[in-house]
Amino acid sequence: MEAPIYIYYQLDNYYQNHRRYVKSRDDRQLLYGLKYNDTSSCKPEQSNNGLPIVPCGLIAWSLFNDTFTFVREAAQLRVNRKNIAWKSDRDHKFGKHVYPFNFQNGTLIGGGKLDPSIPLSDQEDLIVWMRTAALPSFRKLYGRIEEDLEADDIIVVNILNNYNTYSFGGKKKLILSTSSWLGGKNDFLGMAYIAVGSSCIFISLVFMLLHVKNPRSYANG
Amino acid sequence: MSDGRRKKLHFSKIYSFACGKASFKDDLSQIGGPGFSRLVFCNEPDCSEATSRNYGGNYVRTTKYTLATFFPKSLFEQFRRVANMYFLVVGCLSFTPLAPYAAVSAIIPLIIVIGATMIKEAIEDWRRKKQDIEVNNRKVKVHCGNGIFNYTEWKNLRVGDIVKVEKDSFFPADLLLLSSSYGDAICYVETMNLDGETNLKLKQALEVTSGLNEDSSFQDFKALVKCEDPNVNLYTFVGSMDVKEQQFPLSPQQLLLRDSKLRNTDYIYGAVVFTGHDTKVIQNSTEPPSKRSKIEKKMDKIVYFLFCTLFLMALIGSIFFGITTNEDLGNGWMKRWYLRPDDSTIYFDPKKAPTAAVLHFLTALMLYNSLIPISLYVSIEIVKVLQSIFINNDLHMYYEEADKPARARTSNLNEELGQVDTILSDKTGTLTCNSMEFVKCSVAGTAYGHGVTEVERAMARRKGSPLVHEVEDGRNDVEDPASAKPLIKGFNFKDKRIMNGKWVNEAHSDVIEKFLRLLAICHTAIPEVDEETGKISYEAESPDEAAFVIAARELGFTFYNRTQTSISLHELDPVSGKQVERSYKLLNILEFNSSRKRMSVIVQNEEGKLLLLCKGADSVMFERLAKNGRKFEEQTRDHMNEYADAGLRTLILAYRELSEEEYKAFNEEFTEAKNSVSADRDEMVDEVAEKIEKDLILLGATAVEDKLQNGVPQCIDKLAQAGIKIWVLTGDKMETAINIGFACSLPRQGMKQIIINLETPEIKALEKEGQKFAIAKASKASVVNQINEGKAQLTASNGNSTYALIIDGKSLAYALEDDIKSKFLELAIGCASVICCRSSPKQKALVTRLVKRGTGKTILAIGDGANDVGMLQEADIGIGISGVEGMQAVMSSDIAIAQFQYLERLLLVHGHWCYRRISSMICYFFYKNITYGFTLFLFEAYASFSGQPAYNDWYMSLYNVFFTSLPVVALGVFDQDVSARLCLKFPLLYQEGVQNVLFSWCRILSWMFNGVCSSIIIFFFCTSALEHQAFRKGGEVVGLGILGTTMYSCVIWVVNCQMALSVSYFTLIQHIFIWGGIILWYLFLLVYGAMSPTISTTAYKVFIEACAPALSYWLVILFVVISSLVPYFSYSAIQMRFFPMYHETIQWTRLEGRSENPEYCNVAPQISLQPTTVGFTSQVEEKRNH
Repeated sequence: MEAPIYIYYQLDNYYQNHRRYVKSRDDRQLLYGLKYNDTSSCKPEQSNNGLPIVPCGLIAWSLFNDTFTFVREAAQLRVNRKNIAWKSDRDHKFGKHVYPFNFQNGTLIGGGKLDPSIPLSDQEDLIVWMRTAALPSFRKLYGRIEEDLEADDIIVVNILNNYNTYSFGGKKKLILSTSSWLGGKNDFLGMAYIAVGSSCIFISLVFMLLHVKNPRSYANG
Repeated sequence: MSDGRRKKLHFSKIYSFACGKASFKDDLSQIGGPGFSRLVFCNEPDCSEATSRNYGGNYVRTTKYTLATFFPKSLFEQFRRVANMYFLVVGCLSFTPLAPYAAVSAIIPLIIVIGATMIKEAIEDWRRKKQDIEVNNRKVKVHCGNGIFNYTEWKNLRVGDIVKVEKDSFFPADLLLLSSSYGDAICYVETMNLDGETNLKLKQALEVTSGLNEDSSFQDFKALVKCEDPNVNLYTFVGSMDVKEQQFPLSPQQLLLRDSKLRNTDYIYGAVVFTGHDTKVIQNSTEPPSKRSKIEKKMDKIVYFLFCTLFLMALIGSIFFGITTNEDLGNGWMKRWYLRPDDSTIYFDPKKAPTAAVLHFLTALMLYNSLIPISLYVSIEIVKVLQSIFINNDLHMYYEEADKPARARTSNLNEELGQVDTILSDKTGTLTCNSMEFVKCSVAGTAYGHGVTEVERAMARRKGSPLVHEVEDGRNDVEDPASAKPLIKGFNFKDKRIMNGKWVNEAHSDVIEKFLRLLAICHTAIPEVDEETGKISYEAESPDEAAFVIAARELGFTFYNRTQTSISLHELDPVSGKQVERSYKLLNILEFNSSRKRMSVIVQNEEGKLLLLCKGADSVMFERLAKNGRKFEEQTRDHMNEYADAGLRTLILAYRELSEEEYKAFNEEFTEAKNSVSADRDEMVDEVAEKIEKDLILLGATAVEDKLQNGVPQCIDKLAQAGIKIWVLTGDKMETAINIGFACSLPRQGMKQIIINLETPEIKALEKEGQKFAIAKASKASVVNQINEGKAQLTASNGNSTYALIIDGKSLAYALEDDIKSKFLELAIGCASVICCRSSPKQKALVTRLVKRGTGKTILAIGDGANDVGMLQEADIGIGISGVEGMQAVMSSDIAIAQFQYLERLLLVHGHWCYRRISSMICYFFYKNITYGFTLFLFEAYASFSGQPAYNDWYMSLYNVFFTSLPVVALGVFDQDVSARLCLKFPLLYQEGVQNVLFSWCRILSWMFNGVCSSIIIFFFCTSALEHQAFRKGGEVVGLGILGTTMYSCVIWVVNCQMALSVSYFTLIQHIFIWGGIILWYLFLLVYGAMSPTISTTAYKVFIEACAPALSYWLVILFVVISSLVPYFSYSAIQMRFFPMYHETIQWTRLEGRSENPEYCNVAPQISLQPTTVGFTSQVEEKRNH
């Protein structure tokens, strides 16, 4: 596999598209931080001990926090975890001067914690997570391995299994993938094109046969 | 409000006038009683007693709204529609946290839609307002003291004002005629706007006021009028006038109604009695019944169906939502912990899952609201208005001679025009021009005139013989139809023996002289001499009468002046051959009425001879002839029958000389009868007249043609070919009606006639005995019997021969009774054509209702006169002919055309197009909303039915309003399956509308099914193609925002391309709208995506950053569009190829350029023979073979 190799984690049966979940964020707070404090949409992860939470809401609170390290022949592969989020998110949706505050300090801890010294615009894990998935089975970009991997290479993955998916019977998967001009490997689109194309050809052949065998006549339609 | 005021007046007046009762006769005794309390203080509207009565002003408002009531009233109208109400509720709910999307995005489309409709209402009302302003500000002369009359606006008139109305102007209010420019205070009034009659009516003031014919005489005039309260009855008026301390009874003869016109009179003075909304004409104006087309009614059903679907979808969602929510929390153990089910709001609380599910139901109702097309109603309204503009501007329906275009007065019924099953037509003025032409006459047993009538031509065609008209003296005259155009209106008489004064050389020139003189004297017409040219034209009560006077003028007896007591003629003297002036002293007029069927005048000529001149129907005239006056009876009778066969209206002319004594005796009796005030006055007058109208000497007979309008037979033929049934409802005699029917080829040759009438000897015998009950019983039995016989004939023939049903008014009255009307209807439907003669306006309306209710099909009524109003309002579509008979029919019609022949284009072209357009438009509308709405539902299934929309809020709210609505409107306005020329060439195409093939449930449901299929393809292909994998080279995956945008793009592409596939007639506008819709979507994405992320949320830079550069986005769209259109495309290809509908066959023929080849044209209609037209088509076939 040629670099860059993308590392994805996949969660199944995880409803990031649940309405309660999707709404539970505040775009203004993410952009302006504590200056913006009308964060009613974030309930119940709005404030803790009377202090507002930054970033607030269920999405941030349930941040995915498994970590993966990759070892090839005893040498750890460098995983680049920068530039994994959409650029517009980093530049315009998450504030450059907004720092996590009072995050994961409640009695019930959901997912990962954030380094309070790094501004939100640089917390790319969070940014990736906060762009909610459309379907209950989804992949998110974890990072990139920027070295080529050869066939027969044995890679040992150390997983720190923090994130609770047992309660709702979800599965976790880890995927390594390259990408082409079209994006990732997409069997479906190719197959579907072939299927629809060939059925069109089939239909047109049938039509042609019918037309030749039974030419249209005007006298009896 | 006004009712309350009137009521108060009643109570106050009951007592004060009770004592005066006894002194009045009959009606007048009611004055002062309830309903007769009005007091008018003439010439003193300012006096305290008058002002205390507080009668309303003369301002008339016809607008639906005022400035103050516009908003509440029009909003109320809007929200009476279920769909709009639903959207209002959704809009309100969207402000609660229940809403799956932002409130603004739900409200804005509603505001746009409601706003558009309200603007339309406002514009329509503004037009009415402008008309009101014009009417209310017309000027009239009003007495303002000291005998001075000044101009003032109509709206300022008050009850009691004295006004002076000048020639040819309208009366500003209901006036009491006081005096006129004529010495005997008469005036002529034209009441065309009231009853549609064009003839002039004579009104006469009381003698006591007739002297007030100068401005100054009103200086001291005072009178008190007591009369009835405002009411709707145009022909009654009860009141009395106190003037000079005497009381005089008033009658309708003194009342001049608003909206009628003063004619032939220089000026009149009148006192205002009823103003503004109290006037009879305004009291009479009723809101026309609002009609809705069948398609719209069906559309409502579809909307209800969609509502059910919506509820079902929401219900399914809520159940699943309730279950999953309930499972989230159990025994202190959280399943989907990331949703914090332990600390939830009521909407998602697992502890109260049922409540949450119910609330979710509401959310889901809002979420799937796109299933109900919010813009459907407003789009349809816009489309219909534009369609009516097309109809109004169609040059092929513009009648140049009268400068009258077609006018769609309501745009509601355009598509109904394409579904007409039966046409009920009036005859006079609709099929015929209602301009009578003098064509033939028979004098002294000799027939004159070689004119050939339309009916004769039709008969000749039927017989298949060349048209040879034989004249008695052996000359053969082959008439060329083109040369038959009359040069003089009302006169189409050609005979060299009589024309240009040649009659003096005829054998019976003395009889001819008398004949012509009678024509010139015996009438009630009024001459109008054009001062510049010296030409004389006539105002007559009926066009027949005008035709007679004109004929007399053309043949040398010019009637040029009428006074109350004399008639003056220019006569051609047979001896000297010069024009001489003669004047006849007019002694009595014995007026025409329907029971007498004749009119007479008694005149004294210059020699002092007393003459009674009489003209009348043959049925009454022959029996009144003297023994020595029957010289030419036999020949005349023969000629009469010939004329009747030729479809002409005939009258017999006769005269007698009176002796002085005889006249004296008669005159005394007659005057006495005339002056009697008993209820049977009219009968007494008739009796006296009868006594003198006897022993007449026959002069001859006249024949007047009621000309068929241009192109009527061809038009009827086309309509019949289109499978439309045509019934004629007329007031005319049976023979005339049948003849005109034949002229229009309504009952065709070879059709068997079923005639139902009560002219049987038994009933005639009973009638002579005069037992009403027995007559009724026997008549009914006879009608039932005849109907049963007819039905037996029908079933016996088993569809082998076609029948024409002809029924007269008397029988119709029985046939329309509740217990036999269904039988009658069955018989009538079984017949290919139906003619009802001698039918009254009410019967016309009843027949219309019977057919409408009985068949459930679309009924079109067409007529031109006031007697057709009931029929027009009762029918599904009322078409008014804006011809000569005034505006009454037009005012109560839905669409007005100038000529019957335009009906062909109106129905076959516009009706067909509109029907097609509206039905495809509605189908497509539902398709596009289902395609879109169903993707939302499918997405829900993948979001555990939590109510999260797949799309951004604004995408959702703009879907119906912007991205997809304009192409539909373009489809509704411009689409046409085949061109107008081919529509007319293949009239059977019209059956598509009659049988409603384009808007059948099957078709609607298959479009809906197509929508469901498309949405399934869009959703699953999009999700499968974009799930999991990196979206582009950078490795990013697809989130909710991008998937939503992609899916939405697919929906927009698919529905717009689907539109492009189903449009059969592309114009530039269609291209602009279809592709513009897609471009608009991308422009919107660019603009919306460029806004700050707090506004655009998930759509922020989604196109510019994520979608546009990613090839997979475009590939997915291409793929989805192709695969969701392939099913429809193959379906329509198969259908077009193997099971073509009729219009498709025509399209095919046209495409191959064979539509010009007659062989193919004739063959084509057979392809899609519809079962219901089989019986009829055999007729067409038969005709073709001829």
